[in-house]
Order: sequence, then structure tokens, then C-alpha cells
Amino acid sequence: MSVLLYLIPIALFLGLVGLGGFIWALKSGQYEDLDGEALRILDDDDDKPLTD
Amino acid sequence: MGCCGVRHEDSAAREGGDAALWVRQDDDGGFELNLIAPAINCAACISTLEKGLKEIPALTFARVNFSLKQVRVKWRDPDFDPAEVIAKMDELGYTARPFDPAESGFSRDDEEARELLRALAVAGFAAGNIMLLSISVWAGAQGSTRDLFHWISALIALPAIAYAGRPFFRSAWRALSRARMNMDVPISLAVLTAAMMSLYETANHQPHAYFDAAVSLLFFLLIGRYLDHRMRARARSAVSQLMTLSATGAMVTGDDGKRRFLPMSALKPGMRVSVAAGERIPVDGVVEEGRSDVDVSLITGESVPEPAGPGHKVYAGAMNLTGPLVIRLTAHGEDTFLSGIIRLMATAEQGKSAYVRLADRLAGYYAPAVHVLAGLTLGGWLWWTDFVWPVSLLHAISVLIITCPCALGLAVPAVQVVASGVLFRNGVLIKDGGALERMAEIGTVIFDKTGTLTLGDMKLVADGPLSADSLALAAGLAAGSSHPLSRALVRAVEERGIEPALVVNVIEHPGRGLSGAWRGRALRLGSREWCGVSERDAPDPGLPQLAFAMEGRPPVLFSFTSELRPDAAETIRRLQRAGLRVEMISGDREAPVRAVARALGIRTWKSGWSPQQKLAYVEGLTKAGGKVLMVGDGINDAPALAAGYASMAPSSASDIGRTAADMIFVGSSLRAVWLAIAVSRRARRLMTQNFAWALVYNVLAVPVAVLGYATPLFAAVAMSASSIIVVANSLRLGLMDGRLRKSFALPSGAPSGAGDNREKKAA
Repeated sequence: MSVLLYLIPIALFLGLVGLGGFIWALKSGQYEDLDGEALRILDDDDDKPLTD
Repeated sequence: MGCCGVRHEDSAAREGGDAALWVRQDDDGGFELNLIAPAINCAACISTLEKGLKEIPALTFARVNFSLKQVRVKWRDPDFDPAEVIAKMDELGYTARPFDPAESGFSRDDEEARELLRALAVAGFAAGNIMLLSISVWAGAQGSTRDLFHWISALIALPAIAYAGRPFFRSAWRALSRARMNMDVPISLAVLTAAMMSLYETANHQPHAYFDAAVSLLFFLLIGRYLDHRMRARARSAVSQLMTLSATGAMVTGDDGKRRFLPMSALKPGMRVSVAAGERIPVDGVVEEGRSDVDVSLITGESVPEPAGPGHKVYAGAMNLTGPLVIRLTAHGEDTFLSGIIRLMATAEQGKSAYVRLADRLAGYYAPAVHVLAGLTLGGWLWWTDFVWPVSLLHAISVLIITCPCALGLAVPAVQVVASGVLFRNGVLIKDGGALERMAEIGTVIFDKTGTLTLGDMKLVADGPLSADSLALAAGLAAGSSHPLSRALVRAVEERGIEPALVVNVIEHPGRGLSGAWRGRALRLGSREWCGVSERDAPDPGLPQLAFAMEGRPPVLFSFTSELRPDAAETIRRLQRAGLRVEMISGDREAPVRAVARALGIRTWKSGWSPQQKLAYVEGLTKAGGKVLMVGDGINDAPALAAGYASMAPSSASDIGRTAADMIFVGSSLRAVWLAIAVSRRARRLMTQNFAWALVYNVLAVPVAVLGYATPLFAAVAMSASSIIVVANSLRLGLMDGRLRKSFALPSGAPSGAGDNREKKAA
């Protein structure tokens, strides 16, 4: 059962990474214009094709 | 890009305005301007605007917020003129108006939404991880492994509850400190006692830890609360956008002769305000120069425009129709027409008893009942076990946890979110959640006439001997005029398939009429006096009229009525069939009101009423026990709207009308009223069903808890199951959406979209 000693911390750490990522996304304004982001992804002008 | 680039008739914005007044300086020396552009409505708009704005070299930042139809630009050069941004946007086909996000009350920095989202994320994280540990415990983890899992759960749960529970604790505390009850009181109590008891159990190596139940309860409830908040924020921002667009300022001519667009707050009495033809008059004042016809339907409900000339008093909200006017601003404050209306509204609101929301009313019974039950359980177990405190407390607290109103807490918000979503998609905005519940109870619907049952457009009355050639000549004369009666005449002639005659030398005489010539004979179209029609020749029918005279022929009169909103007749019929009393009260004269009442089959109607009379009537009905839905748009309707049990206004309403109303409908079709009532009745039924489900669940689960058989696994399963049933039941309202659209088959065969198109053109 000693496997739990590092599996549980790993699981919690991964969860915290996800939580941190979400809070970062929230703080950087990615949830302010949800309808707009849904449309921006359809606009492919920003995709620069590789030149070389 | 067919869907974009609709130019809006909004000349104040076209002239650029003094955008500098709305510029904000941010902390690091840059400048920022927020603009609102209602024409942003397709994916291509985003890139068109952003790319176009990036061509202005001074701008360092330009971003479109599609949800709010706003654009934010930033720059660092202090010499840059922000009017350039507005000009550029206009060139791209978007009328933009600057606004101050802090002042207009819908900033993008919606702190409450962010707090809820953060709490939701924390609760979700905690619930997921604790559930994993709990499942291992339920699967049979024993002894020290179980204790270890419980301790880890406690370590996650306690901070998560302290953080994610704050919205509930705060609201519960607010209610308790005012000696009231709401659903958040039992929720908070259950979560806190569950956490404390679980900690105690964990410390004593016992199996009853409810950390998972406490945290997932918060998680479920936060989802409901966030969705509810988002729906309300969206409706609120749509409403305040309408406000921002209607009057942010006035075009003022200074002493130096320079014209500047000033915001409302910078206006002072004595200033000279110019109002172009086709613009809404922004302030109360006296006409100094110019002649025009003024449409006062928003203020008095009268459908005939009245002529205005020097010395004439005009009020904010009136529409200037035919000629430019210069108005000298009269004193702000106590003596304006609007402030009188606002005083009336304030008294109306005081007289209205505060509505207690369904959930709060229920909480008033539910919470005490649950707490008494827990107390009895404690007493009973103490007596049964000869005062063994830990076991008795455990059972009492498990009663609290089991009865925790997870399903009850979701019962109302879940329905509300779905209902306001259905209404939002059908063009009805709800400003306040309680409105949905009140709307379901109404028994009488009172309509205003002008602007509510009718549109601004006029229609030629078909009766009477109208010869084709006089129609053709009058239409030829009216073709160039923007007066609503002239436009109605031209429309009517075109509908009849008559070719307007070619009239030359057409001159518009604002306030009087038009003159011109056809084959050398003088023509006149306009008021009765303008064409020399006296009371003796033809009695005044009370309807708006145009007189037409040709040299050497007796004058002809054209009568008009207001055009009804699309679906008005069908809506009234449906309301009456649903057992509602339908009445109409109007400030307009008797003849037009009677005509509309007859056309729509409304038996009870009143005409020529002042705002005070309307208010008194609604208050009288309310006192007699009636529950009145007031539907109105004008400034004169605002007090009655405030006094009504529920109220609705079209989006074309006056600012104050929109402020006073609980719900606002977009688009010109009146079926929104029927729709709102139908959806709210259905919503109320679903809420009641949800409460019934939650109670059934309690009736089944409480005996188990009282008798001490509630295990953590039982609590988790029972709680989730009841929540899922309630949410699923609420989602059924969404199915109504498609059915509603289909069920409102239009009897006239007119395409349902026709009204919406007209609204777009007029906007």
C-alpha cells in the first residue's frame, strides 16, 4: 500500500495544476467574451503558413 | 459581408461627438476608450474591425468583445484624437458611440461572476479528489488506510469549503442579520456542521465522514448560481446597452459658435442644443429657432405629431420629425416633466408590497421544520441511549445533512436559467428573477396604446371616396418628406399600385406642410389650416389627417390610423382565451383609441388619460386584489409600470419606461407578451414540481437519518440523485422553445420575420 504515499500526492498535484490553469485563464480574461472566442477560432487569418 | 455594415440612423454618433470626454487614462500613462457598436453581429465583424483599427498607427490595442458588442482601444500618444477611431469604424460600416463602462453600470470587470467561477473551480477540484478517496473508503478501506484517506479529504475539504462556501455564508448571514430566512441558511448550516462532524469523526477514527457530500453540495449549487448570474448579467448588459445608445449627450452650440457633443452630465441650463430632423430631443427646453413637427407619443401617448416653433416647449424623449430645431435648455431638476414622473414612480414603488420569492417563502417553513426535526432527533436519541452524546449528535447532524436542500436550492435557479434562456432566445429580457414568478400569477393585462399595441408607423384609412389621381398627386408631393404621415401616404399609394405623379418645386414648410406644382397648378399637402379646410367643411374625426388641395378643386382629406404591431390581434385573442382580462389605457384621443380597441377586440378601454390617472387605475385594481401586468412604453406609462404586479416594455420604449419594466422585449411582434406569460406559467409549474420532488426525497430519506441508518454512501447517492432529478425536470422547459415557435402560427399568413426586419431598419 506504500504506493499510495506518492500516488495520492501526484494525483493532488495534477489536480492543482488544472485548478491553477483555470484560475490563470480566468485572470487573463479568457472568460470575458465567450461568444466571441467561439467565432474567433473560425477566423484563420492569424494562421501563418510556414515559409521555409 | 451581408450581415454587417448596417448603418444606423444615429447622427449624433456620425458627427463623431467629443470622444475625448470618455477617454480614461490607465495606470501606466496610456489612454483607453470604450465604444459600443450594436452592429457587431457576425464572425467577420470581429476581424474586419480589429484589422481596420490596427491600420491606425497610433493605436496599440484594439479588441472587440463580441458578447457585449463593445470595442476597446488603447494608445499612448497624448496628441492622438480619439474621434479618428469613431470615423474609422464608421468607414468600416459600424456606428460607434463612446461610453464610460463605470458610469453605464455594465463593466466587463464583472467581479461577482469571477468570484463565482473561482469558487466553482475550487469546489470542483475538491469534490473530484475527495470523491476518489471516498469511493475507496466505501469500497472497503479499513483502519489506518481509512483514517489516512479521511485526513487527506479533510485537508482538501476544509479550505475548499472556507473558500467556495463564501457566497452562501455571506447571503445566509445577510438574511439572518435581518431576522429573515432564505435557502442559504440551511445550506450553510448543513455544510458547516457536516464538515465539523466529519472532522470529529476523523479525529476519533470513526467511519462517518461526510466531506464528499459537503463539497459536492457546494459544487452543484455553485453551478446553478453561476448560470443564474450569467443569464442575469447578459440581460442586464443588453438592457443597459439600449440605454447607452439612446441618450448619452446632446449637440451643444457654444457662445463661440462651435458645435460640440457633450455628455448629459456636462449640460447646463441656458445652453443651446441643436436637434436635427429625425433625431430624438435629448433635453427639456424651449424652441428658439426652427420649425418642425414633433412626435410626442412617448411622452403623452398621442399619435398625431404636433407642430413646434419658436417659444414652444419641448420635452426630452420627443422625436423631432421634419426640420432642425435649436432648443434653449430649461432648468434641470424639480420642474422638469421627467422629474414629476420620477416622483410619481417613487410613490408607486413605495405603495407596492415587496414580493417575497417563492424559494424564500418556502425556506421560511422548511428551515425551521428541519431544525426542529434535528433537535427532536437529538432529544430522542439522548433519551433512547441514556445520554450518550456523540451518537445522538451524530444522528442529529446526519438529519441536517440529509435534509440539506440541495434539490431545493437548485429547484428555482435551474428553472430560472432555462426559462430566461428560452425567453432570451425569443427576444425577451428579464431584468429580475422574481419577475418570472410574478408574471405567472397575473390575472389582468393592461396595454398602453401608442408604441405598445401600435407601432410608430401610420396607415391610410381606406374608407371614403379617394380618387386615384388625387392619391397620385398627393403621393408625388409627399415623396420627399420624412413626416410619418407623408411616408404613410406614399406607402399606401404604392400598395395600391398607383404611380405617384411627378410634382415639381416641392418645398417643405416645417410645422405646416408641403407645397409644389403639377402642370402649372399649385398643390398643397399638410394640416387642415394649410390647405384651408375649416371645421364647417369637414368635422374633425379625431384621427390624424392630411389635407390635400389643388388649385381650382375642393380639398381632399386623408385620415390615418396607427399601424398595429404584428401579431397584436392574435396575442390579444390568446390572452383572452387564457382567461386573462385585457384592457387598454391610453393618453391618446378617443377616436384613435376606439379604432384600435375595435380592431383588437378589447372591450375595456380608456382614452385621454394622464400618467396620474393611469397610475391610480393600476393601483386601484391592485388594491382590489387584482394582479396586473402593465405593458407600456412611454414616459407617461412609467408610473403605472412601476405600480404593476409585473411589467413589460418594448425595447423601443423611453429610457424611464425600460427602467421601470421587469421585462423588455426586442423586435416588433407583440407575441412576446403572450410568450412571456406562457413561459413563466410553465416555469412556475416546474418549480412547484421540483419542490414536490425535493419533498418526496426528504420524506423518504429523513426517517432513515432519524433512525440512524444514514451512511456517508447513502447521503452521497441520495443527494446526487435528487439533484439530478430536479435539474433534469427543469431542462424540460427547454423543450418548450421549439414548440412555442411552431405553435404561434400567424393567421394572416404574414412571414413571422417581417416585423423583426422592420425593427432592424428602424433601429
